[in-house]
Amino acid sequence: MSNSGQRFDRLPETDEERDLDGRATREEVVEWWDERFGIGSEKFAEHTFWEKGAGKIWIFHDEVPSPTEIEGLGMKFLRTRQEHWKPTTNAVQRFGRGATRNVIDLDPEQAMAFVRGEDQEIEWDGDWGYLIAAHEIAGEREPLGVGLYLHGELRSVVPKGRRRED
Amino acid sequence: MEVLSRYEPLVDDFEAFLAACERSLPSVVRVNTIKAGVERTKRALEAEDVGYRDRDWNPTVLELDTNKPGNTWPYFHGWIHGQEEVSSLPATVLSPDPGERVLDACAAPGGKTAQIAALMDDTGLVVANDNNLGRLSALRFNAERLGLTNVAVTRQDARNFSLKPVGLDAFDRVLVDAPCSCEGIIRKRPDTLDEWSLSHVEGVSGVQKGILKRAIQATREGGVVVYSTCTFAPEENEAVLDHALEEEDCRVVEFETPLDSRPGVTEWQGERYHESVAKARRYYPHHNDTGGFFCAKLEVTG
Repeated sequence: MSNSGQRFDRLPETDEERDLDGRATREEVVEWWDERFGIGSEKFAEHTFWEKGAGKIWIFHDEVPSPTEIEGLGMKFLRTRQEHWKPTTNAVQRFGRGATRNVIDLDPEQAMAFVRGEDQEIEWDGDWGYLIAAHEIAGEREPLGVGLYLHGELRSVVPKGRRRED
Repeated sequence: MEVLSRYEPLVDDFEAFLAACERSLPSVVRVNTIKAGVERTKRALEAEDVGYRDRDWNPTVLELDTNKPGNTWPYFHGWIHGQEEVSSLPATVLSPDPGERVLDACAAPGGKTAQIAALMDDTGLVVANDNNLGRLSALRFNAERLGLTNVAVTRQDARNFSLKPVGLDAFDRVLVDAPCSCEGIIRKRPDTLDEWSLSHVEGVSGVQKGILKRAIQATREGGVVVYSTCTFAPEENEAVLDHALEEEDCRVVEFETPLDSRPGVTEWQGERYHESVAKARRYYPHHNDTGGFFCAKLEVTG
């Protein structure tokens, strides 16, 4: 068995069921969201997770046969098989609202700069690494996307096609 | 515009029809309830001083006072999606329930797919199919921006659609928003009719018949197929339904339509169609200030 860029393979539930080296398990993926952002497993209770290509994890709200050769399955969710796992902008926007950890709140000016794709020097005394950048809109906190915090700087990793122009 | 003169016998107040075709469309969006409620979206638009007007028939449809809805926070967050008002109709007529299995046979660029997914509360399965890789990439981009997790994307010729990759025997509902000569989108793209020819209309009609036929075969007994186009040509509308009624086990059924519409035509240039095609609805630009549209609801009987 190998990993394929053409095919969606369902993630094994746990280590014991893993038959492909380096493939993340469902358990690891769900635990990572909980540890990193405080988003509990109940949020993903009805979802299945799939790998297509090396380390590209997709989230899907249903059952289909595995493996399956189709063009897309739910949304791209997480990049694994690298030192630091990286969530996607779309996943953070969809599931990040309930995050309790590693969320950096931006003021209106910082939020605009962030969604233009700019890097900014911002004070942050939490963990380094991938954070959820958020701002307040219509009276509530809302996740904007993924930021990478290193050495006093918040780097925007909002993909080009998802940036906002004003 | 000369092309449209062939429809003069079908359209009441033809001058008003032509005048409407020359006006640009209002800027309309649909609120993506998977990510945010209508009220919160309105509050966010107000905070940015973007005015809006409701549409009585559908609370998720808003007309905005900006031609660039993409430059708003609700757009960035995937709370709204630009979708012409009458294009919101077929998914409403399809009316899928949460947990069902639905095929969107000609899905790209995905506005209607996203609306179907939202009507299902992002549960069940929506198979979004298209045969063109470029259009599929737009569909995938939109589906992810709008946060859909119940959509599986396939690339097949809808005339020979295989259910195997998604592991199903039949769908509960299928939307066929067919590729067409697009006469009805002239308000959005004024050059649409420059390449118009009767042979194109006849060719695309053949493709439409094949797609609708396969859609009916792929739907369970008692299931629903909605057929829609953005064109006025009876060759692409009622003639396609007439063909499906002859070849497959199905019937045309009435549906509630909140927008002003006219019945399907049963006679066109010497051809007579099955009388039940009158239950389909035609939407003309001057009646609701929208694009032109055609929509029919079929029930699968065998």
